[in-house]
Amino acid sequence: MSTPKAMQQPLVLRLSSGTFLAIWCLLAAFPIFWIAVMSFKSPVDAFADSAWDVILGPATRAGGDGLSVLDVIFGLVVLYFAIRWAFTRLPGWVRHYCPPGLIALGWLVGALVYAIAFVLIFLGLLPMILGALNGILGPLGTPVLGMTTEHYVAVWAENEFYRNFLNSMLVTAGVVTISLTVGTLAGYGLARSGSDLAFWLLIVALVFRALPHSVLVAGYLPVFINSSEILAPIFGEGAPTLYGQPWAVIAVLVSINQPFTIWMLRSFFQNIPAELDEAARVDGCSHFQAFRRVIMPVMWPGVITTGLFSFLLGYNDFLVTALLLDAQNQTMVPAIAGYFNRETTTTDQVEAVAAAVSITAPLFLLVMVFQRQIVSGLTAGAVKG
Amino acid sequence: MKFKTFAAFVGPSVFMMLLFIAAPLVSVFIQSFQVTQPILEQVEVETCTPGFLTQTCTTEIKTVPILDENGKMITETQWVGLQSYRNVLQMDKFWAAVGNGSWNQIMQIDFWKALRFTLSFTLLTLPLVIGVGLAIALAVNNATRSIRGPIIFISLLPFIITPVIGSLSIYWLFVGDGILTTMMERWTGTNISMFAQAWTIELLMYFYRVWHVAPFAFVIFYAGLQTVNMDTLESAVIDGASRWERLRHVIVPHLMPLIIFIALIHLMDCYRVFDEIVGFRSQAHVISLQWLTFDFMTPDDAGNRAMSRASASSMLTMIGIVILLILPLRRTWRDHKGSAH
Repeated sequence: MSTPKAMQQPLVLRLSSGTFLAIWCLLAAFPIFWIAVMSFKSPVDAFADSAWDVILGPATRAGGDGLSVLDVIFGLVVLYFAIRWAFTRLPGWVRHYCPPGLIALGWLVGALVYAIAFVLIFLGLLPMILGALNGILGPLGTPVLGMTTEHYVAVWAENEFYRNFLNSMLVTAGVVTISLTVGTLAGYGLARSGSDLAFWLLIVALVFRALPHSVLVAGYLPVFINSSEILAPIFGEGAPTLYGQPWAVIAVLVSINQPFTIWMLRSFFQNIPAELDEAARVDGCSHFQAFRRVIMPVMWPGVITTGLFSFLLGYNDFLVTALLLDAQNQTMVPAIAGYFNRETTTTDQVEAVAAAVSITAPLFLLVMVFQRQIVSGLTAGAVKG
Repeated sequence: MKFKTFAAFVGPSVFMMLLFIAAPLVSVFIQSFQVTQPILEQVEVETCTPGFLTQTCTTEIKTVPILDENGKMITETQWVGLQSYRNVLQMDKFWAAVGNGSWNQIMQIDFWKALRFTLSFTLLTLPLVIGVGLAIALAVNNATRSIRGPIIFISLLPFIITPVIGSLSIYWLFVGDGILTTMMERWTGTNISMFAQAWTIELLMYFYRVWHVAPFAFVIFYAGLQTVNMDTLESAVIDGASRWERLRHVIVPHLMPLIIFIALIHLMDCYRVFDEIVGFRSQAHVISLQWLTFDFMTPDDAGNRAMSRASASSMLTMIGIVILLILPLRRTWRDHKGSAH
């Protein structure tokens, strides 16, 4: 597309807008990049005065953990191809080996296998080969960049962060599945009904979306703590105490998320032409059959996008999970608050940093894979209001 | 669509919202007028310690909670009217401070402190988010097509990062002798500690929020910019409009619905500001309304949660959000009325 001559911009403007973009990208990425760097250094380096020391990590190197020039080059090459093949080759493999019908499952298995293979090669095979090579090569093989994974080992193995990770996964998976199931039905109903009732439901949902979550939690907390007494007349002796139960938190998060979900899915369903289900109705389908046979096959882009935002809500939540879950069932984000409450030594602090990076890594992958869906989801919500 | 089918479709969703949003609201409303306390009784306790010749015995009157047969405290719930609201608002101290004309004394009271921060946080970040978002969108729109993808990728990172982690990542840059603090100290030659006084923490919080939300505004504005009518722009050029005038009179009016949308979402989200307080660990200096409620609900050292005060403060928070939303909602209602006729 060529721009008309009158629209072309003077050099100064182009330069300044380019500079502005560069500064913005630096600002956007720097804090995240920096905590990732810090998490690989020994405490002395991570909190060093000079930025250069943090990056090169002399104290970490002196401790015996370092990467040589060769390590860095090889590591980057492997990383580059791993990411590249994930986007170019992996889809082909999945399509090739997977029976048709089960493509979603195939993707899950494929991604898992790929991730395991990557970890085995990157953390198992590569250090062995490079260790041998470094010994031979002399100057190229001497460590220059301090780097250690001890904090990750400490966080995941010794502090049992994987428990929190599993809890997070449980809560997030529950939130995504249930809120999509309930939300698609409601979104479809709202999109296809032009009644005043539908309008009022949407407005009430908008007001609900504005509620601070602490207001709602103030309502749940006493009921949840005493729920075994309150529910005893109905369920008898086995009435559960809802406080500390992951599934109670899932129900709460799903409901908190419902207003947003139905708004978003409604705007997606409005983009699916109503003639489609009308045609199915003429052929003798009921509303539910039309939804099941005609709408469901074409609704996946919208559902995936909405699912991403439900995922973010469940995964990122602090307030609800911190108040409604007890220590055993704690998810990752509130668990990290526990780290800095007892953060007394700098080692604890760097471990907290490593935990924070561990929480961020899945989100990073998420943006990489689903960037297009996230953008389309943001805009769909806005354009339809 | 018949009402019955409609009800079947939206039923589960409405049921969940009623059970987990509407019902808690009602129960919070009721709780805010009640206080639940353990029933106390006074008992005379005689404690004897072995002594020479005779035991030394002292009797004293102790206040202890009555226990039921399971060893649990028996609690009773009383209607106290507006007592909890009074405890939260502390109007007597407030009026005394107003009488003295002392702003600082008002800011000693938690609720007013939180209200002041929440409001200034919401209102100050709003124009910044819209401005920065629009600026990034315009700049990306200017950039060559091939680098737009990576820029959008990098820009999305601050938006989807867990808010607590995002604020922590900025906290770690500035805490103690973090590298940015050291850098600023080198420039100014003075000793700086960013987390020792309220106003620097607040500045960092404003920065964090703009950093976190600007990408959202950016993506939406960017999508809006793709649909700007090129003919209108060209005729503006022919009419001799400068670049600034074109932005002011063609592009911004075109984006106006989006600006309102972002403003609305931002008002809702900012009013709930909470994660920053946790991430920056600022509770000693800066607190927000939602944090106040959270704090009342967190068990204290004795394991008690101040539920009635939490309910009162959350009702007060609610009133605030209703006031903020009245204007936009009236607008939507008028639009709906207008479109119906």
